[in-house]
Amino acid sequence: MDKIKFDTKSLDLFYGDFQALKSINIKICENEVTAFIGPSGCGKSTFLRCLNRMNDLIDSVKMKGEIIFDDKDINGDIDVINLRTRVGMVFQKPNPFPMSIYENIAYGPKCQGLKDKTQLDTLVKESLTKAALWEEVKDRLNKSALGLSGGQQQRLCIARTIAMNPEVILMDEPTSALDPIATAKIEDLMSSLKKDYTIIIVTHSMQQAGRISDKTAFFLMGEIVEFDETPKIFTNPNDKRTEDYITGRFG
Amino acid sequence: MICLIEKLKKEYLGRSIVTLLGIVIILVTLSITGFLFYKGLGTFVTYNHSVWEFLFSSDWKPADNFDGGGKVGAAIFIVGSLLISFLALLIATPFSIASAVFMTEISPILGKKLLQPAIGIFVGIPSVVYGWVGLTVLVPAIAHVFNLPYGFSVLAGGIVLALMIFPTITSVSVDAIENVDNGYKEASYALGTTRWQYIYKVMLPSATSGILTGVILGLARAFGEALAVAMVIGKMQTFPDNILSATNNMTAEIASDMGNSAQGGEFNDALWSMALLLLIISFIFILIMRIIAKKGEEVK
Repeated sequence: MDKIKFDTKSLDLFYGDFQALKSINIKICENEVTAFIGPSGCGKSTFLRCLNRMNDLIDSVKMKGEIIFDDKDINGDIDVINLRTRVGMVFQKPNPFPMSIYENIAYGPKCQGLKDKTQLDTLVKESLTKAALWEEVKDRLNKSALGLSGGQQQRLCIARTIAMNPEVILMDEPTSALDPIATAKIEDLMSSLKKDYTIIIVTHSMQQAGRISDKTAFFLMGEIVEFDETPKIFTNPNDKRTEDYITGRFG
Repeated sequence: MICLIEKLKKEYLGRSIVTLLGIVIILVTLSITGFLFYKGLGTFVTYNHSVWEFLFSSDWKPADNFDGGGKVGAAIFIVGSLLISFLALLIATPFSIASAVFMTEISPILGKKLLQPAIGIFVGIPSVVYGWVGLTVLVPAIAHVFNLPYGFSVLAGGIVLALMIFPTITSVSVDAIENVDNGYKEASYALGTTRWQYIYKVMLPSATSGILTGVILGLARAFGEALAVAMVIGKMQTFPDNILSATNNMTAEIASDMGNSAQGGEFNDALWSMALLLLIISFIFILIMRIIAKKGEEVK
């Protein structure tokens, strides 16, 4: 059995009075791609945002239960800044900063105190190369990142996350705002990143989950209905509700 | 037929009224501008003074008659206006930006509950009250602290104006900060940066064009304020040696002498020229704001 990266134990989450997550139990393994699927509002993005404590930005959120990340409960007394450098995140809408391409990548490491120009240069090149963007942007590193296409911007956001050298990359519907060609590039990228990182992706596209993930969790109304190897989920699910969703009978 | 009238009423009545009112406003603006040009150019056309003399000479002895021959050097007033306005800006801007950051990022609840209403009150206080408080509290305080015979000064004017433009700059800055894409915040936090790193490395740079608009709006307001400044500036017709000296500015001079001069005389026309200059400067401010706003759009 692979090493477990995240072990969630009976996690409940409330937005005010509304319970968005109900007793979530899931073990996510290292160096795998795990996909979360389910209809809109089922809690899959909410759960993803628990894993790097992004829900802290919303005041009304209350949580119960444990999320063990390498032996430590991240809902306990931990250094959130440190957690987020170890668990990076890529968002639905590409959100590069209004700075140059170079500065976008260098921003995170600089905030951690890295000042050495040579080291930064190397890091920027490495990150962009890993994100399959270096060849396209190497001649315009000092141009604004906002001039890139949507797909390039999203790969820049992935490069920016990689530059922090995280252990886990969370992706919240990273291709839903992109065209098919850009989507294909990002999907290729994910399978190559799997060697070095644990990837957890929320997706609306079942085809995408089928193509790229090793394991898939099906969320419904704040619960995980089923979690298993991806081929199993898509060909022979245990739960009737999973089957109904996969075959497009609702959702 | 009735149906047609009904339709006409619905379709055109409202639109006509709105269009008409809009046209009236445009006409009023144009006629004020035209009138100011007509009156303000008298100094140069009727009384043959050079624009150079008006802008750069400090010899201010306009003749209060229709023969002319006086001196219309307004440099003291222009310098006074510039000095006080920029001093006000220098004092107000740090407080404004800090308050805006506090209200939007640091403590939105406290900010919205306490600071926002307080700023609303600031806006509502009439300028004569600011001037009066300045006159009774600030002027003696400056005299006392700096051991001067009296406290009328550029500093007093700057502080009073700073109080008056603080709410303008703050509320425009708050809008600018609230307009910053929330995606930047999420991206920054997700990279493990602190709130403060996000604020000064991403948020404030992204909001710069909006904040600058607020600053210029504040500057324009400071430039145009007459009453409060007139009460604390000392109305001395000399260049100030430092910010503790008394001087005079354009608005205060217009306010104090507009009633004491014969209509159409050289003195009166020279005052109108200052009014025209104020208008031109405010046009320039508006132009700068437009350019900054456009630059901001391009970045987005």
